[in-house]
Amino acid sequence: MAKFSLPAGSKVKTGTVRNEPVGVNNRRFDVYRFDPSTGENPCVDIYNVDMDACGPMVLDALIKIKNEIDPTLTFRRSCREGICGSCAMNIDGTNALACLKPVEDVRGTVKIYPLPHMPVVKDLVPDLTNFYAQYASIKPWLQARTPPPPDRERLQSKHDQEKINEPSACILCACCSTSCPSYWWNSDRYLGPAALLQAYRWIVDSRDEATGERLDQLEDPFRLYRCHTILNCTQACPKDLNPGRAIAEIKKLMAERRH
Amino acid sequence: MSLVTPLNRVLGLGSAKDGTEHWWGQRVSAVALAVLGIWLAIGLAGLPSFDHAAIAAFVSAPLNSVMLLLTVLTLCYHSQLGVQIVVEDYVHSAGLKVATLIASTFAHFVLAAAGAFAVLKIAFGMPA
Repeated sequence: MAKFSLPAGSKVKTGTVRNEPVGVNNRRFDVYRFDPSTGENPCVDIYNVDMDACGPMVLDALIKIKNEIDPTLTFRRSCREGICGSCAMNIDGTNALACLKPVEDVRGTVKIYPLPHMPVVKDLVPDLTNFYAQYASIKPWLQARTPPPPDRERLQSKHDQEKINEPSACILCACCSTSCPSYWWNSDRYLGPAALLQAYRWIVDSRDEATGERLDQLEDPFRLYRCHTILNCTQACPKDLNPGRAIAEIKKLMAERRH
Repeated sequence: MSLVTPLNRVLGLGSAKDGTEHWWGQRVSAVALAVLGIWLAIGLAGLPSFDHAAIAAFVSAPLNSVMLLLTVLTLCYHSQLGVQIVVEDYVHSAGLKVATLIASTFAHFVLAAAGAFAVLKIAFGMPA
């Protein structure tokens, strides 16, 4: 059966208060901690941050905590402006990029967990190996038998180019896939919204000549049809993309080529 | 530690090249059930009473019998597809999954046969 409760070694315990409240504009951060080298269960540690001496975003607070309170706190981050997708995590119950999530949008304690239902490498760092392999499986590159013109690039009308604009903006942060219950229960066989959005990006690319083969590869009760259209993916996307609609469009193409 | 590459695990047994018919059938039967459901609600609301004689008269009217047969069979078909999805979503051990799917198929065929038989029995006026 699908596992609805955590295994004994994953049960989250109460952690420690790492520092006392500071300043008039203090905010409390409850942060998931897990270190596989200790053999201990994960726990939630409590940090207090003076927001008068901190940037506005959750990532600013995490960096401040790491720099000034607890250097052992582990998380991924790079661009700090929503381009790289590294700092995706579960903040205040929803998946988001820490760099784009203002602390003041969260009421009360700021609860920070890693992306849901993924193996945890350490603290807020999930293991995305399977997620990346799923992306690789949809062959995210242009496939064409017609060779490109010798003197210029492959041309595309403005109208056709606009179809791939939105899906091309995906940064593969995994906020969508890890917000999807179907992905939680069946990520070994269901590709998830992120990989399917990218599959769609190549399916609708007017220069790509492998559309039929791409649809063949997706036509599967698990790879595609585990999507039951609850649209957590679209709600979670920090780039305001619409993986849910892309999946629906793939299903419509599947029906179209049969009727 | 598995030595199988992550991509190999994702590719697995390959695409089943199937699922579209299932998806399409579920949607088409849903549309049909919406129409049949509205018909049934209106039909029942128009009855003078809900005693045995009134219901039997309603069921045995030829148009109503055909519509009820369609409702029973479409409902069983739609339910069979839906239960299959739920089982595939949540039941992960291979043996239990196959057993549950077979049991569900049998149950839906039994329900369809029993429902159709009940409608026909009343429609053709056999004594109970």
